[in-house]
Amino acid sequence: MIRMKSIWRVYDTGKVKVEALRNIDLFIQPNEFISIMGPSGSGKSTLMNIIGCLDVPTGGNYALEGKEVSKLHPNQLAEIRNRKMGFVFQNFNLLNYASVYENVELPLIFAGLSFRKRRKRVEEMLDRVGLVERRNHLPSELSGGEMQRIAIARALVNNPSIILADEPTGNLDSVTGKEIINIFEELWSQGNTVVMITHDPEISSRTKRIIKLKDGMIENDEKNHHNHQ
Amino acid sequence: MKILLLAKLFASDFTKQKKKITLTVLALTWGTVAIVMLLAFGEGMTRQLRKARSGLGGPIVILWGGETTIPYEGLRRGREIRFMDEDVELLKKSIPEIELISGEYSRWGRTLEYKDKTISEHLTGVYPSFEQMRAHIAQKGGRFLNELDMKNRRRVIFLGHELKEKLFGQEEAVGKTLLLDNIPFTVIGVMVDKMQMGMYHGPDVNTATIPATTFKAIYTQRWPYLSNIVYQPRDPKRVKHVEREVFRVLGKKYKFDPEDDRALWFWDVIEGRKIFDKILLGIQVFLGIMGGLTLMIAGVGVANIMYVTVRRRTKEIGIKLALGARRGYIMWQFLLEAIAISAFGGAMGMTTSFTITKILEKIPVKEEGLQWLGKPVISAEIALLTAVALGIVGVASGYFPSLRASKLDPVESLRYE
Ligand SMILES: Nc1ncnc2c1ncn2[C@@H]1O[C@H](COP(=O)(O)OP(=O)(O)OP(=O)(O)O)[C@@H](O)[C@H]1O
Ligand SMILES: [Mg+2]
Repeated sequence: MIRMKSIWRVYDTGKVKVEALRNIDLFIQPNEFISIMGPSGSGKSTLMNIIGCLDVPTGGNYALEGKEVSKLHPNQLAEIRNRKMGFVFQNFNLLNYASVYENVELPLIFAGLSFRKRRKRVEEMLDRVGLVERRNHLPSELSGGEMQRIAIARALVNNPSIILADEPTGNLDSVTGKEIINIFEELWSQGNTVVMITHDPEISSRTKRIIKLKDGMIENDEKNHHNHQ
Repeated sequence: MKILLLAKLFASDFTKQKKKITLTVLALTWGTVAIVMLLAFGEGMTRQLRKARSGLGGPIVILWGGETTIPYEGLRRGREIRFMDEDVELLKKSIPEIELISGEYSRWGRTLEYKDKTISEHLTGVYPSFEQMRAHIAQKGGRFLNELDMKNRRRVIFLGHELKEKLFGQEEAVGKTLLLDNIPFTVIGVMVDKMQMGMYHGPDVNTATIPATTFKAIYTQRWPYLSNIVYQPRDPKRVKHVEREVFRVLGKKYKFDPEDDRALWFWDVIEGRKIFDKILLGIQVFLGIMGGLTLMIAGVGVANIMYVTVRRRTKEIGIKLALGARRGYIMWQFLLEAIAISAFGGAMGMTTSFTITKILEKIPVKEEGLQWLGKPVISAEIALLTAVALGIVGVASGYFPSLRASKLDPVESLRYE
C-alpha cells in the first residue's frame, strides 16, 4: 500500500541544511500494526508527516496505492488526508471552541457530506469510543483520555485506511495510555493499518512491527516476535 | 452546522479581539456614514438646484441688443442695437429652427393697487409662449396669457406668487380687478410658487405680466423698444447654429457686421446648464472620493484584524489542513469573516445615515441660504454605490490575510503554539 524509495527530507534553514530523513526505503502492507521508535530528533514525526501527505519529501519516490504522491496538487493531497489518513496527535489538537460533536464532524464537512449523513457517522463514532453522552461538551470539559478518544473518533470518522498517531499516549498516564492502545489494537484487528510513534517499549511491544530510526535513517525494521497477543 | 461553526469562530475571535473589532466596526460605520451622507447631501443639493434652475424655464436663449464695435457699411461703431416688436416676427419667419419666441417689454416700479393696498413692482409684457419657455405656469383655477389676449390687447394680468400674496393675502385673486397705473386689469392667473435660480429681471414670484400687445399700447410712447427677446431652439444641440442665424438676420436689418459679437448679447441657458451639471457631478464625485477614502482607512483596520486573527488561529488552520480541508476552504473562512465585519459596520452605517436623513427631513428649513442646500437624499444609486464600496473594502481587506492563511504549511502550522 505504501512504497517509499530513497526518501529524503532536507530542511533548508538558510545557514544549515538539516537532513531530517536520509535515504529511507519503506514498504507498508495493508493491515499492519507498526510502531516507530527512535531518539528525539531522529525524524519520526517527519516520516509520519510524509506518510500522511501532510509534508512532501525533498527527494525520492513515494507511491501511495500505486500513485506517485509528489506529483499531486495540494487539493489532491488534502483529499488524501481527508479520505485515507486519520491523524492522532500527542496534544490531541481538538478545536477548543467547538463541541465534541463538531470536532468529530469536521472531516465530514471537508468531505462534503450531507447533514444527515454527517450526523449518522458522528454518532456512530462517538458510540464507538463511548462518549455519546458528551457530544455537546467542549474539549476543555474532558479528561486527557477522553480528549484522545475524541481525537481518535475524529480520525476514524471518514473511514481512513491508515491511522497515523504521533505519540498518542505521550500526554496520558499509563492506565489511560493502555486504554488508547487497546483502541488502536482493536482497529488493527478490524483491518485498519495503524502506524504509531512511541518512546514506550511496553507499548511498542504490542505492535507487530517496530521501525527504529536514528539520525534520519532506518536503523532497524523487524517483525515483533515477542508480542503476546 | 457549517454556518453555526463559522459563527462560533467569529464569536471566539470577537471575544479575543473585542476592542479592536469594535473600533474597526465603528470606523466602518463612520466611513459608511461619511460616504452616504456626503453623497446624500450632494444629491439633495443637486435636486434642489435642478429644481431651482427649472424655475427659469426650458432650454432657452435670452437675447439682448448690444453695441457695435466694428464700423460697417459706412456706419460708425458704438451704435446701440435696440429690438422692436417686429424683430420677433422677423426672427420667427427667417429662422425655422426657432421653435418658440417671445419679445419681452420690461418696466420697473409700476403701481399696483387692490382695495387699500398699493405696491410698486416690476412689470413685463410678453407673448403666450412664455408659459412654456419661462415656466410661467398658472396655479389651479387660473391661466396664462393666450392668443386672444394678444389679439384683442386685453387688459388682463398674470401675477407672481409673492406679488399675489402681497396684494390679495389669502383672498382669491383670479377674476378680481386691480389697478395697474390706474388702469383696471383683470387677474387671469397666479404663477405656481417656484424656486428660481438664474434671473435677468427680478424674480418671477414678484413680477406682474401682461400681454405684449397691451403693454405696447400703454407704455411704449416714449420708449418703444423691447427689453430683450427669449427664444427656444427646436434642437438644443443646434443652439450655436441658431445664434449665428440670429446674427445674420439681425445684422442685415440693423446693419452690423455678423462677426461683431458685441452687437448682440446672448445668455445661452442650455450651455450654462451643461457646465452647471458638470460642476454638480464634480461635487458629488469629490464628496464620494472623500467618503471612499474614509472607508479605505476602515478597510486597513479590517485587514489588520484579519492578519492578527490568521496568526492567532495558525494552529487551527494546521489542524484543519491535517483533517483534509482544502486551501480554498481556509481562504473562504477568513474572507467571509472579513466580509461579515465589513457588512456589519456597513449595516450600522447605513442605518445611522437613514436615521439622520429621516430626522433632517422632519426639521423645517426657513433660512433662505439653507434652502438652496436642500435636504440630504439617499437615492437607490447611493445605497448601491455604498454597498459596492463596502463589498470591495471587505473583500480587499480580507483577501491578503486570507490568502496568507490558505498558503500556510500544514506541518509548520500544527507546530505553532
Ligand atoms: N521545520 C523545520 N525546520 C528545520 N528543521 C526541522 C524542522 N522540522 C524538523 N526539523 C529537524 O528535523 C529533525 C527531525 O525532526 P522530527 O520532528 O522528525 O524528530 P522526532 O523524531 O519526531 O523527534 P521527537 O521525538 O522529539 O518528536 C530534527 O533535527 C529537527 O530539528
Ligand atoms: Mg516528533
